[in-house]
Amino acid sequence: MLPRESVSVPGFATQVLRIAAKDLRIEWKSREILLTMGYLAVVIVLAFAFAFVTVGGERLSPSVTSGILWVSVFFSGTVALSRTFDRERDGEAIRALLLTPIARSAIYLGKLLGVVVLMASVEVIVVPLTAMFFSAELGSHLLWTALILVLGNFGYAAVGVVFSAALLRSKSRDVLLSALLFPLVLPVLIAGARATSLLLDPKSADLGSAVFWTQFLGISGGIFVVLGLWAFEPVLSGD
Amino acid sequence: MANQAATPSSRGPGAVWMAAVVLCILGFAYLPQMVVQAPIERTMGPVQKIFYYHVPCAWLLMLSTFVCAGGSIAYLFKGSMRGDRVARVSAELAVLFGICTLVTGPLWGRVAWGVYWQWDARLTSSLLLWLVMVAYVMARRFGGPASRKLAAALALFAAADVPLVYLSVHIWRTIHPKTTVVPTLGKEMMGVFFTSLGMFTLLWVVLFVLRGHLEKARDELDTLALDVEDHLEA
Repeated sequence: MLPRESVSVPGFATQVLRIAAKDLRIEWKSREILLTMGYLAVVIVLAFAFAFVTVGGERLSPSVTSGILWVSVFFSGTVALSRTFDRERDGEAIRALLLTPIARSAIYLGKLLGVVVLMASVEVIVVPLTAMFFSAELGSHLLWTALILVLGNFGYAAVGVVFSAALLRSKSRDVLLSALLFPLVLPVLIAGARATSLLLDPKSADLGSAVFWTQFLGISGGIFVVLGLWAFEPVLSGD
Repeated sequence: MANQAATPSSRGPGAVWMAAVVLCILGFAYLPQMVVQAPIERTMGPVQKIFYYHVPCAWLLMLSTFVCAGGSIAYLFKGSMRGDRVARVSAELAVLFGICTLVTGPLWGRVAWGVYWQWDARLTSSLLLWLVMVAYVMARRFGGPASRKLAAALALFAAADVPLVYLSVHIWRTIHPKTTVVPTLGKEMMGVFFTSLGMFTLLWVVLFVLRGHLEKARDELDTLALDVEDHLEA
């Protein structure tokens, strides 16, 4: 038997980082989520391209381009959300996770961080691709656009991780996840798409609105994370 | 006989509730008369009278969402089955009054704005709130017993949407009339408006209690059925 003193519980931030690192390390071995998510995102962008763009036709307006980008990010994000807890079901790994002496909120934040990193990794490919397909001016506010995407990812994943955990034992997981998640996170989509469209428009003088929508994303993301922290423990504890 | 002593614990609504039901029926029989007699608004004309139905329904959509969130909190953190029933019943009422809001609004919009729907912040946020409550009801109906906690979490996030709906007309420049329009109403209009608001709220309470009794009876029946199954197996 191990002596009791040898078991030390790491600090909260370390716990969060270790959960995220665990998920990302498992993902890095198979790259299953990254590849399927990235592929789905690209296919969605292409589907919109085939539906809207005609040969020699006019360039799409920035609002349509940003809408396409955000829809592809949202739909592909469900892959990351459903798989992140699917893996915990394999071999009942969730039991082991819940038995570890770490806070439930650390599990939530760790999972959230993992999903945000996965979504951001896919965006690194999808955003330039969308800009290229639809000739969008991405360069003028690149860092700002990246900030908006990361804030959007946080808002989306903050709600998604709670539902993904709640659906851990449900059979109709994938159907319910999208049906319940999308109406709740639509404000994030609206704010993200509006802000991005303003930044993609080189003639736009309305950067004040872009600041407003960025703040909106930050505040709504913050509220969602607080509610998520609150609801995660009872939701995960099972019936 | 021994089983004659077994009486159901929920005996249905009592005399107070029957009085409320009667008052509600009488009120709703008289309310259209009051609305017809209310003064006609100068700029919008008779179509403004939809306001007496639309605003109470919108208020009840928000109230139902908050009550649903309250019940869900009691269920999630205390395991209260009563809280779960309260949440389920109020979610259904949110969907019902949401439909009334989303039907009466566009009817007014068609005359006032020339179109049924505008992608205005108030309209969009109300539609989103209603969609979330529809998702709640769907999850409860098709998600099985595991969906209880899931739906409760959904109700928590839905409650965060309510301030957004209410404040949307102040945050964004919208074409939807602001909430400050109510204190500017004339005395007669104000009387009709608050009577309508009261009657609709009473209707909400009556539906809430009646539906709650039904849910409770259903829960008791489920427990009884499980007891009988256990008894037969033994």
